[in-house]
Amino acid sequence: MASKKYDLRVYPGFRGITLLCLVILYAPLIVVMVYSFNASPSITNWEGLSLRWYADVFTGPESAKFKSAARNSFVIALIAATVATTIATLSATAILRGGKFRLRMVSFGLISLPLMVPEIVTAVATLIFFNAIGFDRGLLTILLAHIAFCIPFAYLPISARMQGIESTYEQAAMDLYATRRQAFTRVLLPLMAPGIVSGFILAFIVSLDDFIITNFVKGAGVETLPTAIFGAVKQGIKPNIMAISTMLLGVSVVMVTLSWLISRKDRKT
Amino acid sequence: MLWRRGNEHLGGTGVTSRTNDAIEVRNAVKRYGDFTALKHVSLTISDNEFFTLLGPSGCGKTTLLRMIAGFEEVTEGGIFLFGEEIEGLPPHKRPINTVFQNYALFPHMNVLDNVGFGLEMLGKSKSEARARAGEVLEMVQLTQFSARKPAQLSGGQQQRVALARALAPRPKVLLLDEPLSALDLKLRKAMQIELKHLQKETGITFIFVTHDQEEALTMSDRVAVMSSGEVQQLGDAREIYERPRNMFVADFIGETNLIEVTVDRIDAGRAACHLGGGHRLTCDAVDGIGAGASVHMSLRPERLFLSSAPTEGESLKARVRENIFIGTDISTILDLDDGPEFRVRASNSSRGTSRVFEPGTEVFVNMEQGAARLLMD
Amino acid sequence: MAGGAATGGSSTSDTYAEARTWLLLPAWVTLGILVLAPVAIMLVYSFLTKEFRGGVIWEFSLGAYDQFFCSRGLFGDEPCSIEWTYIQIFWRSIWQAGAATLLSLVIGFPTAYFIATRPPRQRTLWVFLVTIPYWVNLLIRTVSMKFLLRDEGPLNDFLTGIGLLNEPLAIVNTNFAVQLGLFYSYLPFMVLPIYAAVERYNFALSEAASDLYAPRWTVLRRILLPSVKPGIVAGCILVFVPSLGSFLAPDLLGGARNFMIGSLIEEQFKGNAGNWPFGAAASMILLTMVLIILLIFARQQAKAES
Repeated sequence: MASKKYDLRVYPGFRGITLLCLVILYAPLIVVMVYSFNASPSITNWEGLSLRWYADVFTGPESAKFKSAARNSFVIALIAATVATTIATLSATAILRGGKFRLRMVSFGLISLPLMVPEIVTAVATLIFFNAIGFDRGLLTILLAHIAFCIPFAYLPISARMQGIESTYEQAAMDLYATRRQAFTRVLLPLMAPGIVSGFILAFIVSLDDFIITNFVKGAGVETLPTAIFGAVKQGIKPNIMAISTMLLGVSVVMVTLSWLISRKDRKT
Repeated sequence: MLWRRGNEHLGGTGVTSRTNDAIEVRNAVKRYGDFTALKHVSLTISDNEFFTLLGPSGCGKTTLLRMIAGFEEVTEGGIFLFGEEIEGLPPHKRPINTVFQNYALFPHMNVLDNVGFGLEMLGKSKSEARARAGEVLEMVQLTQFSARKPAQLSGGQQQRVALARALAPRPKVLLLDEPLSALDLKLRKAMQIELKHLQKETGITFIFVTHDQEEALTMSDRVAVMSSGEVQQLGDAREIYERPRNMFVADFIGETNLIEVTVDRIDAGRAACHLGGGHRLTCDAVDGIGAGASVHMSLRPERLFLSSAPTEGESLKARVRENIFIGTDISTILDLDDGPEFRVRASNSSRGTSRVFEPGTEVFVNMEQGAARLLMD
Repeated sequence: MAGGAATGGSSTSDTYAEARTWLLLPAWVTLGILVLAPVAIMLVYSFLTKEFRGGVIWEFSLGAYDQFFCSRGLFGDEPCSIEWTYIQIFWRSIWQAGAATLLSLVIGFPTAYFIATRPPRQRTLWVFLVTIPYWVNLLIRTVSMKFLLRDEGPLNDFLTGIGLLNEPLAIVNTNFAVQLGLFYSYLPFMVLPIYAAVERYNFALSEAASDLYAPRWTVLRRILLPSVKPGIVAGCILVFVPSLGSFLAPDLLGGARNFMIGSLIEEQFKGNAGNWPFGAAASMILLTMVLIILLIFARQQAKAES
């Protein structure tokens, strides 16, 4: 009588494939993390746990190069994410709270354009553009390029959040004698804070991670972490690269987790 | 004949007729973790019957229906279709079809393919399935909508497509899960009659789930009133309305006055009772309620009438508090001397048995025969 | 307010209609200068004459497109016959991106479905688990994949160690390695739209199909898949498009024999070939392909919605 449960939603094998999927996603990262603690200078042999490659990153012969690359990466990510988040917040307000207008969908399309154009094409176009207007390549060109492609990444969580906020809140504020500007800063903006934080974090990570566009628009001798890693990897994967990768991976995971927790906590309240 | 029951000849499911009971639910229990949705429910539904499971939301009626369809596993007990145990068979192996609450019409298929789907799954060729689907659509007068997608139909039309789809494979039993709840009142009334006719015409056993007592009483041969996972009373419409077994049934079906009474004595099948304020009433005795019991009594408001002077039978003295105009009826709220509040309903017609008294008037409440009934708790 | 009602949701309004021009100005200026203008200039550059060792000479020329499509013999003096070299690279890219998309679909659909049928509280955690690796630097992910798959890498060590293989399996520098790298790069783009579609799917439809005698896998094929098709199409596009122009996976995992569009373009600006107009032309051709795909997709989505 106790029959095997016939659940229409369950397809045999799907759980297995999901677990396989997670293994494929995580195995390479875990392997690199583990090997970054390898004492051996060879990447093939395992000689026990050690932090020597982490020490090597900070004090080794290449440490000056990595430090300047890290500083460039973080400064660019911070500025690019801030500017992109600001632009995205203003745009979302216009697109979602600006009524119906002819350029509404066009504006949305323009903002999502960097997501649709293949990255390599954006890279080429930006390089040619700076070349054509005679703009010397360097940190500033990287920053400008990053701001542009960070905008859609900041825009998505912000607009998603704004869509979840009923417009009656601002209308209530204005009914209570707030000006439009006050309704924006005192009501809408605080309500949007989780979305804005998420947008900023995503933009930050995307900027920190970018290789292709940076590689095209950076000037000679200017490096960010990804371009420095790529340059090093071209000569073979060395243990210190794995240590840097693990640290960078850690930054990304921590920030994404933070963004997830913020959005989750927010949903609960 | 177009309508013959049982689809075994359609490539069937191997379940053959043995008894005359279409469905037997034997001691069925359903638990979800700690929560018990059904507590040892047993009932038999005869072949060719229009049977209704009636109850408020959460009473377990839909769970029972889904267990018969095969969507929910039975925790304990069994379900039999014409004497054969079907528990353990997946839904697609049961010759039972369902009309879903929100119809669940396949949005990517047109009406004809929706109706023909079951036959196709039973191994009929696409052309045969379509031909038969066409016949059934004719039956529900939707032939001209065959090529439409479900989204292009009105609610009532969707409802009839869902019905046609479930009937097309000639199931042995048809389950209907509140199929009329999304329709407006007028359409609902029309569909109630149409459903009843369809059931008689096809001879298929219908098991209908609803929370609407009026709908249940209108359509059904028999009704099972359910609450908190149990069948409270099973019987035909009249029986359930006029002889409710317990407080829940009396309260859930129709409008009633529930009054606490004490049984003084039982004599020749009549129970003499008294209520607060020294009022006395006599009514039919009920098995299981003896002298000295403190129970509730149900007094149907439409079977009470008011008079300015006491009549030959028993009458209660009361004062009119308020008259409420309902349209077809006028409802009067009264305060009994030293007793509870009371409602009396009179037909809004000049031929009515009761006249309307102004608030504040002293009146007498009289009872038609069978108006009062003792209830188990 | 009328604006909210007109757009069918209370989340949009016309509260800031007066300020909208100023609110949108920063985005228009930034993206106009940094995305639209560059693409326009790139189009111009593709019609200029190349300067050796990078850059262009401002002189109109169809040379770049001619080089792409026409073979004119060893000395460049024969009439145009079709030049297959670059078309083949594009074709290989399409093929590789297609294979990666298929791989993502085969693994991504069951994963998305499985997640969407978890209890609601668990779903966000599963989605989070699947998307985390995406937020790890693409370069690091690709390098890690290469490290894992190497001939002397941990995977081969493991497989030979347990006796499954006698000698290491050469995975790196194969087509499959590139497909695996692309799969790894863009998997969440497949999972998320399918997940969203399955989550919205009305399982009463599956019940209805099952009630009408459809076995489990028939329900999947006839009812579930057609119902979530928009999600599947979106997922495939979102994986296919970036795969087509990808650079890191083919460069690091594919080796010289598995050249794709991305590497061809990169070489025009970084490597020794140094032909900017040709690189611009190849980029324009890639961009045109992508925009056509997106346009067809957008039209289909619009049709599906109506």
